[in-house]
Amino acid sequence: MAALDIEQVRKEFGRERVLKDVSLSIESGQFLILVGPSGCGKSTLMNAIAGLEPVTSGRILIDGEDVTHRTPAERDIAMVFQSYALYPSMTVRQNISFGLEMRKVPKAEREQAVERVADLLQISHLLKRKPAQLSGGQRQRVAMGRALAREPKVYLFDEPLSNLDAKLRVDMRTEIKKLHQRLGTTIVYVTHDQVEAMTLADKIAVMRDGHILQLGSPDEVYNNPVDMFVAGFMGSPSMNFIKATLEGGKGACQLRIATPEEADLVLPWPSARGADELAERAGQTVILGLRPEHFSEEDERLTSQAEGTLLTACVSVVEPTGADILLRLPLGQGEVTARVGPKCAITAGERLALRVDMDRAVLFDADSEHRIA
Amino acid sequence: MANVIRRRGIKARVGRGVLYAVLITAALFYALPLIVMLMTSFKPLSEITAGSLLSLPQDPTLAPWAKAWGEACTGMRCEGVGGYFWNSFAIVIPAVLISTAIGALNGYALTKWRFKGSELVFALMLFGCFIPFQVVLLPMAQTLGWLGLSSSRSGLVLVHVVFGIAFTTLFFRNFYVGIPDELVSAAKLDGAGFFRIFWRILLPVSAPIIVVSIIWQFTQIWNDFLFGVAFSGHSTQPVTVALNNLVNTSTGVSEYNVNMAAAMIAALPTLLVYVLAGKYFVRGLTAGSVKG
Amino acid sequence: MSDTTSPVFRRPTASGWLQAWLPRLVLAPSVAIILFFVYGFMLWTFVLSLTSSRMLPSYDFVGFGQYARLMANDRWWVASTNLMIFGALFVLICLVLGAVLAILLDQKIRQEGALRTIYLYPMALSFIVTGVVWKWLLNPQLGIQAMVRSWGFESFRFDWIVDPNMAIYTLVIAAVWQASGFVMALFLAGLRGIDDSIIKAAQLDGASLARIYWRVVMPCLRPVVFSAVMILSHIAIKSFDLVVALTGGGPGYATDLPATFMYTHAFNRAQIGLGSASAMLMLGGVLAILIPYLYSELRSRKHG
Repeated sequence: MAALDIEQVRKEFGRERVLKDVSLSIESGQFLILVGPSGCGKSTLMNAIAGLEPVTSGRILIDGEDVTHRTPAERDIAMVFQSYALYPSMTVRQNISFGLEMRKVPKAEREQAVERVADLLQISHLLKRKPAQLSGGQRQRVAMGRALAREPKVYLFDEPLSNLDAKLRVDMRTEIKKLHQRLGTTIVYVTHDQVEAMTLADKIAVMRDGHILQLGSPDEVYNNPVDMFVAGFMGSPSMNFIKATLEGGKGACQLRIATPEEADLVLPWPSARGADELAERAGQTVILGLRPEHFSEEDERLTSQAEGTLLTACVSVVEPTGADILLRLPLGQGEVTARVGPKCAITAGERLALRVDMDRAVLFDADSEHRIA
Repeated sequence: MANVIRRRGIKARVGRGVLYAVLITAALFYALPLIVMLMTSFKPLSEITAGSLLSLPQDPTLAPWAKAWGEACTGMRCEGVGGYFWNSFAIVIPAVLISTAIGALNGYALTKWRFKGSELVFALMLFGCFIPFQVVLLPMAQTLGWLGLSSSRSGLVLVHVVFGIAFTTLFFRNFYVGIPDELVSAAKLDGAGFFRIFWRILLPVSAPIIVVSIIWQFTQIWNDFLFGVAFSGHSTQPVTVALNNLVNTSTGVSEYNVNMAAAMIAALPTLLVYVLAGKYFVRGLTAGSVKG
Repeated sequence: MSDTTSPVFRRPTASGWLQAWLPRLVLAPSVAIILFFVYGFMLWTFVLSLTSSRMLPSYDFVGFGQYARLMANDRWWVASTNLMIFGALFVLICLVLGAVLAILLDQKIRQEGALRTIYLYPMALSFIVTGVVWKWLLNPQLGIQAMVRSWGFESFRFDWIVDPNMAIYTLVIAAVWQASGFVMALFLAGLRGIDDSIIKAAQLDGASLARIYWRVVMPCLRPVVFSAVMILSHIAIKSFDLVVALTGGGPGYATDLPATFMYTHAFNRAQIGLGSASAMLMLGGVLAILIPYLYSELRSRKHG
């Protein structure tokens, strides 16, 4: 296992800049997840770490050693591909031991490694089969087995679960987490599924347009996003953004939200949350970010959070998901999504009173989209 | 597409009848020349001048085949086409194997190890598929002379390899484009190098395209006449050149039965390949012309 | 591994260098061969076409004199005109026949495989074999004419092969026989590639079968038509063996094509300069067809 440092890595294809001075570092045994929309450069960064694509400038260090100009083979990295990339002409056993064979590991040791990995992943009964004879989930396991057999310094996972069906994906996610806890491997994992990111990662790097926007723990990224993009990207359903005007002076800020038909909605900003700094921005337009779970049914928490801000709105759509209910309701100029308990007996068209947990709400600058509170 | 026709009225049945009639007529148009050729090759000469094209041989004989193989005159010599038949094999086999091997490596390098300018290299090669060979005949003749390969089988092998590379590269390139790059990436991470990845990962899955390439090259080179007539000597002619000489040698009466037998001899290897591996033959023909 | 402590280490490792250059090294011989034998020879032939070379190449330059001679050469014009007639008819008939056969075969035909095999087998033959066979079939005394006459149609005439005005059409017949099955295969592959649901949608819209083929299917096959035209014209321009075997360019030089013209002058008549000039003009003809084809081919590859 090894630490991984990426220093100011830049990658250009002709004039197109795919990675723009990306820097990050993770400690040995950490699980790093790269998320971002497609085309954000996360796969390119992955290939750069693997050595499959040369970088234009910058350095990549594994365990403090500069590997920037080494071939993939010399870096001692294993990778699990989205398509699994199992060698079609080889059996599962040959697939798993190929990397060891290339590294001239003696046959007996290779056999041992195959047995160990097959045991670990419960694929011992598949060793004689060819990849074409395996199901999607089995291929996925073999692909992981191939990576695990070599015990490399760093593991790279490139959207390894995206070709599995929903149930299998959840199972494998848990299994990967268990494996990581058990083996303590250093892992870089690319995904566009933010649930995977939240559940697996020690650290998440949110990427966009070749930049890392935020690097932090899942909790940090989710609850303290640096800007509207990160806030909107993490979480499902995603965060609601509501245009508001900041009012008030020292110690007592409030947000005025213009509503087309009714009177303006005014939400007080908790004085403990930097109201002083916000006072300087009085009169400015800001964006209020509220996650669906920041809303709650009025009667449910009446006693515990009596000071929560109350609002009422006419529900336009009710979407029960089983575990809870998602409501769409007008707020300000647009509609927002709120998540309420599964027992809420509301139908579309009815008015509902909701509390808003302003202690967890976030504020963004309307122009720069950066977080301001 | 095909399940368009569902109605089964009388009209439809008549339509169906006409459809089959047209298709069978067409089949006759394509098949008859071969049938006539075959029948004629078994007839004695007297039956040909007296009888009709389509009449079955009354008195089938193998004599025309024997003569075509061992005695008929091709120009100055009267040794039949047998020797030239083997000449063709001696030219075709090395040329096919060499050009296929080179094409496979080229296709692999062009698709799985792309570098700056690799597309240009491919375009340059692709162009080689299409030039009219008349434009290289004269310089080729002179170059073969310098290399000491004039009128030799090795010279013809060289020519066929040189102008076959473009095709075989095209075949293998188009095939390898469809093989996921991740396989190569995975093998690189596993520690395999250029040749080992080719040998262990790509080659084992290349059987279909190898067959296509071999069949295509075999048919092309076997059927070649232009290079054969331009660059071969009396004893190194391929069978197509010998056949043409045999047919055009005007010593006395034209023996059409012998001509047809010789033509059959020249046609048999490629026909056999077509019958045995028609699927791959078609794939070779359509490679590069229909995408997908 | 010794360099790992030095952060300024910038050069790739030895095996990295090898990996980067091996593909190029592997391709290098082929590139050299193609550059020399294709591009070099093209240039060489061009140079020869500017000289007065006859029996042996000489490098006595006469500018474009050979081209001027070519333009004034009656036989060259016959050959070029023949190519126009032969090429146009060959391409057109092959296309129509191939398309019709493909559409008919696509109607859930029993024994489709066998029919397809029969239609396509001539493509496996050498043009020399094709020429020899058709020369025999077209022979007025012994071939089709004699056969039909023996059936009682005494006045039947089919002696095109000995008629200088008609002989060029015998080339068309033999070439169509050989290549139309191939066009059929191209079209059939194209038809099979069309999404069934498009046809179903058109049927639901109430279109007749003929209409569906004409309005819906054929437009989808445009790329196939395009490819087929390119390949067939290319075959037409290169046609050499068929002429040699079927008509020998005769009667007289009535069925000469540029390919046979070039060969005769360069190799039999000791007119290397003139032959080279005619080869260059053939190349020009191929390029005129080829460049748009390659352009679209490479472009669509990039997008695909």
